[in-house]
Amino acid sequence: MKKALSFLLIIAILLFATLGCAKQETKIETPKDETPKVEVPRDIILATTTSTQDSGLLDVLVPVFEKEFGYLVKTIAVGTGQALAMGEKGEADALLTHAPDSELKLVEAGDIINYKLVMHNDFVIVGPPSDPAGIKGQSTSADAFKKIAENQGLFVSRGDDSGTHKKELAIWKKAGIEVGGNWYQETGSGMGQTIKIASEKDGYTLTDRATYLALKENLRLEILVEGEPNLLNIYHVAQVNPKKSDLINAQGAKDFVEFMVSEKAQQIIGEFGVDKFGAPLFFPDADKDPSEYGLKY
Amino acid sequence: MELIWEGIVEALKLLITLDGEVFSITIRSLQVSITATALALVIGLPMGVILALNNFPGRKMVISLVNTGMAFPPVAIGLWVSIFLWRSGPFGSLQLIYTPVALVIAQFVIAVPMVTGFTIAGIQQLSPKIHLQIWSLGATKWQYLKAIIRETKLPLLAAVIAGFGAVISEVGASMMVGGNIKDSTRVLTTATVLEVAKGNFGRAMALTIILMGLAYLVTLVLTLIQQQERKQ
Repeated sequence: MKKALSFLLIIAILLFATLGCAKQETKIETPKDETPKVEVPRDIILATTTSTQDSGLLDVLVPVFEKEFGYLVKTIAVGTGQALAMGEKGEADALLTHAPDSELKLVEAGDIINYKLVMHNDFVIVGPPSDPAGIKGQSTSADAFKKIAENQGLFVSRGDDSGTHKKELAIWKKAGIEVGGNWYQETGSGMGQTIKIASEKDGYTLTDRATYLALKENLRLEILVEGEPNLLNIYHVAQVNPKKSDLINAQGAKDFVEFMVSEKAQQIIGEFGVDKFGAPLFFPDADKDPSEYGLKY
Repeated sequence: MELIWEGIVEALKLLITLDGEVFSITIRSLQVSITATALALVIGLPMGVILALNNFPGRKMVISLVNTGMAFPPVAIGLWVSIFLWRSGPFGSLQLIYTPVALVIAQFVIAVPMVTGFTIAGIQQLSPKIHLQIWSLGATKWQYLKAIIRETKLPLLAAVIAGFGAVISEVGASMMVGGNIKDSTRVLTTATVLEVAKGNFGRAMALTIILMGLAYLVTLVLTLIQQQERKQ
């Protein structure tokens, strides 16, 4: 017994030692720097939305960035609400989010700087092919939502203060509908989970196109309303104001912002998903003027 | 039904071909959870012994806290550990949040009350006479402690099994303090959540098969030791 315990303990110590080593190994070699006076921190915490991770885009972009700049990116994929809160508190270095209205408040407050347009895709309203609430053919999302409410069609909401959830609430507001009741259910989880729940329960939901296309195979949902300018889903990148915390990797965040709007990254974004889905999931926007999307900053 | 088949086939494929990522996630899970359990044992065992054998004011209070701790929801521990490790928190400058060390810390906090609680229960279920017996044989203090621990080895193994089982299957705290970062803090449970969100049900099923297999294997080994001890 004592033997067994000491054996376990020794294994544990060995494992812990290798854990330390493994951590060091993942640190990427610093590229040659002419003026290595101050050591630049190598870790960047990127707070972003679930859609960029669930669609697989970041799995392609981040390694390119890490290789080129020699950083280690820690991607924390949460809802946009939480990602912005992390920026506000200085818990992250860089943000990649898609709720311009909420983001602009942080820009005005000076919480985030270097705020740049990166890309867009669009939101679509999906639902069961039988379309029990009869929303197919509605020209605007607000009209479609009105129909769902009138016919008490089941609507599955993210309910997690994410960019998609904020968008959904804005549409309900526009439709003049106070949500609630049995037909309206909040999942409180990411897009992948929510869309799956909608599919299983024969409900409607609002989703970004990228997540829908990525998961389509396993869903019994169809796109019922799409193409309205109001349904654009716009992503911005920003760095958290270094004044927020002494521990912020300002240089790393700045490099990340610059990388995301660089020609190379924009090309990767535009090509991502084409081989698998026959169409891109995201559209690069770095060279566009924000005013094209009705944004002023 | 089709999905279940496809899932199982893909899961087996990933397992047989020793898929690199699945393999490294498994190793990392084991490293983190075994480390956390071992540390919990180092702290929890002496604590349990002290609480079980000594009488001091407030002892019942402490034991009730330990017992409550055994049922703490991991997600609550995850949040509290996060608050302490965040940049804005008291230990922020150590930069431990979103690292494997943060995972070990959270899992350690989950496991300590379990080990302590099981130790207390194990020692207290001994016949009260045994203490007198050991003393009357002229044992020194250390010999006494050694004898007591030897008598409670079976419950102690149960403590290790319970602690390890709890931390390796835990997802809420690991997600929060670790952030599910690829090649760093992605463990079996958090990877499963991600693969489900991505719609890769086959991969997700492979991960859960490994998770269940591991839990079974570890428990099996410890049970074998336990039963052997009993025979002697």
